[in-house]
Amino acid sequence: MIPTIPQSRPFRFAYSAYVVLFFVYLALPLFVVTVFAFNDSQFPSLPWEGFTWNWFFGDAAPMIGVFHERPILRAIGTSAFVGLTVSLLSVAVGVSNAFLFTRHKFPGRGLLYILMLLPLVIPGIVLGISMLVFSSTVANSIWDSMKWDLEVLRPGLTLVILGQFSFIATIATLVISARLQKFDQSLEEAALNLGATRLTAVRTITIPYLAPAMIGAFVVAFLMSFENFNTTLMLVGSDAPLTIAMFDRLKEGSTPLLNAVSLLLMLGSSCLALVMIAFQRRD
Amino acid sequence: MRDGTRLGFILLLTPLLLWLSLLIIIPHIDMFLVSLRERVGVGKYEISPANYLTFLQEPLYLWTFMRTAVMSVLATLITLIVGFPVAYYIAKMAKGRIQSLLFLLCLVPFWVSELVRTFGWMILLRETGVISSLLQYLGLIHGPVEMLYNDAAIMIGLVYTSMLFMVVPLISTLGSLDDAVIEAGYDLGGSGPSILWEIIIPHAMPGIVSGCIVVFMLSLGNYLTPTMLGGKDSLWFTELIYSQFIVRFNWELGAAFGFVLLILSSFIVWATLRLTGQTLEKTMG
Repeated sequence: MIPTIPQSRPFRFAYSAYVVLFFVYLALPLFVVTVFAFNDSQFPSLPWEGFTWNWFFGDAAPMIGVFHERPILRAIGTSAFVGLTVSLLSVAVGVSNAFLFTRHKFPGRGLLYILMLLPLVIPGIVLGISMLVFSSTVANSIWDSMKWDLEVLRPGLTLVILGQFSFIATIATLVISARLQKFDQSLEEAALNLGATRLTAVRTITIPYLAPAMIGAFVVAFLMSFENFNTTLMLVGSDAPLTIAMFDRLKEGSTPLLNAVSLLLMLGSSCLALVMIAFQRRD
Repeated sequence: MRDGTRLGFILLLTPLLLWLSLLIIIPHIDMFLVSLRERVGVGKYEISPANYLTFLQEPLYLWTFMRTAVMSVLATLITLIVGFPVAYYIAKMAKGRIQSLLFLLCLVPFWVSELVRTFGWMILLRETGVISSLLQYLGLIHGPVEMLYNDAAIMIGLVYTSMLFMVVPLISTLGSLDDAVIEAGYDLGGSGPSILWEIIIPHAMPGIVSGCIVVFMLSLGNYLTPTMLGGKDSLWFTELIYSQFIVRFNWELGAAFGFVLLILSSFIVWATLRLTGQTLEKTMG
């Protein structure tokens, strides 16, 4: 079943047809979401009522477009803020972890490495509730002992950021470690021989070498945070990020406004993906 | 160790320890402790296994739990069976530019939020949806058909959502299989199926295991797909957790449910690794 081994014509045809069908299956939902963003109707469904840009730029009811819909714009802003914070934190901790696991041998290293991987195999919703329960335990005991109400520990953006960070940090660590392992440490030693301090050597040699992985990890972390649903759902307060805001609307019934937001999301993430691929190519 | 490296070591170790202890380990211990509480009066709690007994004695809870587990295993198997031929095609049959193009195409849907993907399936499957309208247009059915809000719709959504996490590890393990090995199999008289069973699948095992673990985890912990695509009778275990926490405000029972879900998923991951002789470091790291 490799090209050098001849196969019967019907088999080859059936196989190719299957692969084509698979890609149709992948594309279909995204395709209909895109198409119905331009339907001049109150519902994202057939019949086709004609083409319109109103779901993007419309400014009068009943067709208020994305760019005039305040709650959605605010939710996008919230998501972007959460995403940037989570990515910064994850990349910082990821770099530190990568140095720890690739440069140091210490007792308990294996155990810590397994613990570090665990967040990937804990269901997102369980991560969310454990954080919710723990933060409210802490907040309650602070209230009981000091009569001091810590607003940060109640459901809200801080908890959303911490909840997302708790598993995205693992992914950042894995991406950055993979590159650090390939680093030739003699380059750093050469810098030390030439009189650089350890910190200067890391800053001028190792960190630039790690930059593509750090950018990659940052982009992946941002996208994962932007798209995260399960963990966020349990920790969200009054400031809903975009996925939660869209979910609430979807439960009430959908209008092509949601298609328009979805299309913008798709465009945004493909741009980010292209940026990342470009960075990896250049390397 | 010199003083400098020792300080550096401590500085590197601190964030890791803070992260793992404050955000992962202690919260889960606390969740377990809360799940062992029973409310005996206003603001009064006792340690008891009451919440776990409720879980075991209430048929709805246990039934939903079993159903979620079985459906997740089924979704994992379907994803593997659907994805394997495609991964093989991309890794072994396609060459050069087409290969990288197909690989990229595989990734595209997953740069998009799960919410958008689920929304797409709702537009396709609902009563006034695209597929129903198309079938009516073709004269295959008379009158609209509701294809949403049932288990089949959940299955389609789950398989769709998890496909990437199966296909990518499969492509990378299959890609490392040397063509010469397959050719040797044919030279020695092997047939297509026997080569698949005795050469290709054993070689792809690490990819199959890591794909299956991730897909199973994602299905088990999924909330969005069952909520949006499933009907009244297709309750998912995560929906029970959500309703205990947010709707009923019974955190003790909700924490017990969360812990049961955690135990199940950890057990399945452990058992899969054990049965196939893999380790977590090798499959995830």
